[in-house]
Amino acid sequence: MGAPRSYQTQALIIGQFKLGEVDKIVTIYTPEFGKLKAVAKGAYRPGSKLGGNVELLTHSLMMLARGRNLDIVTQSQTIDAFTELKGDLWRMACGLYVLELVDSFTVENDEDRPLFDLLLDALRWLSQSDHSEIVLRYFELQVLNYVGYRPELYRCAVCGSPVKPVVNFFSSDRGGVLCPRCGQKDALSSAISVDALKILRLWQSCDYATARRVVLRRGLALELEQVTCQYINYLLQREVKSMAWLHELRRSQMVVDNGRARN
Amino acid sequence: MVFVAEPVARLVEALSKLPGIGPKSAHRLTYHILDSPDEEARALAEAIVALKEKIRLCSTCFNVTDCDPCVICRDSERDSSRVCVVERPSDIVPLERTGKYKGLYHVLHGSISPAQGIGSEQLKVRELLTRLENGAVKEVILATNPNLEGEATAMYLRRVVTSPDIRVSRLARGLPFGAELEYADDMTLSQAIEGRQEF
Repeated sequence: MGAPRSYQTQALIIGQFKLGEVDKIVTIYTPEFGKLKAVAKGAYRPGSKLGGNVELLTHSLMMLARGRNLDIVTQSQTIDAFTELKGDLWRMACGLYVLELVDSFTVENDEDRPLFDLLLDALRWLSQSDHSEIVLRYFELQVLNYVGYRPELYRCAVCGSPVKPVVNFFSSDRGGVLCPRCGQKDALSSAISVDALKILRLWQSCDYATARRVVLRRGLALELEQVTCQYINYLLQREVKSMAWLHELRRSQMVVDNGRARN
Repeated sequence: MVFVAEPVARLVEALSKLPGIGPKSAHRLTYHILDSPDEEARALAEAIVALKEKIRLCSTCFNVTDCDPCVICRDSERDSSRVCVVERPSDIVPLERTGKYKGLYHVLHGSISPAQGIGSEQLKVRELLTRLENGAVKEVILATNPNLEGEATAMYLRRVVTSPDIRVSRLARGLPFGAELEYADDMTLSQAIEGRQEF
């Protein structure tokens, strides 16, 4: 008996690109099989039964048929369309960023149920929360935990001495925090404040209900973003493309706000 | 391809770079061209060369054209107070076919796609905003595709077109003709309900 010809799974659509005129290749993240690529035939045709059911940022129940190279999506029913994410420019950008992060850090056919649950939760949090910066940073740290790149935040990653509550350094290269003495010798490390380190430690190990209680000053939020994004870019050896869009949106909002203030 | 004459192999290779054309189709097309009369093959080659030599972008709307401004922009009969923003030059054809729209266009040449690193800088957004500055345009119609990238582009344009004198509208979204309600996705159905009209 071979494997069944078709199977059903929940799926989060995390990536897509066009194939020919009307077909689409979707990258899905599933609880049972991890990341998969599948063909959604005719998805770009107006009136397609797949259409919006295989769009990015959608949680679907899918029926797939095994194909020679890629599996084929035969049916897809939306469980959650995350309309709050799709209806807001900033939330949508945050959602696309978490999808790209999962796509970048995972390989195909590597089952990871906790990561599926985390991604689903993150999309829900982003839909409901007004503190998207907290959701993003918390999500980044949790993803790093799951994929095996948890940064060392308690002991100096060079000399091993316990880190004291002073301004320390963070080294992406060493994968963690450095004491002031080792940090000053490492030209590639950057300073990390006591508050930023405390928050990273908390978010690394707490649940989301606790994480979201943190009140972030603008400067501290930017510092945390810089530390985690630098580390992620170092691990991936490239920039996460969706982050550039988040930065552009932030800039354009400032331009719009300034324009309104002048009028 | 050792068994194939060099000119044949060259054309097969060139044709197989076209979208939707695999090596087998490229072979079939190559032998079809080989069998066709000389003048047909020459006309095809000349059409391809002319396409690349004569076609450029309209300096106003960025549609592909062989004259600048393009025929739509230079048509004084058209309503210049309306600009319909589309993603690709090919989107203009179906809109013109409806015969319902008599305004001008603006082609963005793509849509915002963060995962592919395409932001507003890569599109003709700045050119659109410059075009709107002189105050002649009273309505911007956003006709980007009804998918995630198209929505992101429309929402972004809604944000950056800040003039209170310009009305920003979006093509109606909802159920396509010929579809079945049972298979419509949640997003489309909710937009169809929100955008329902007096009947």
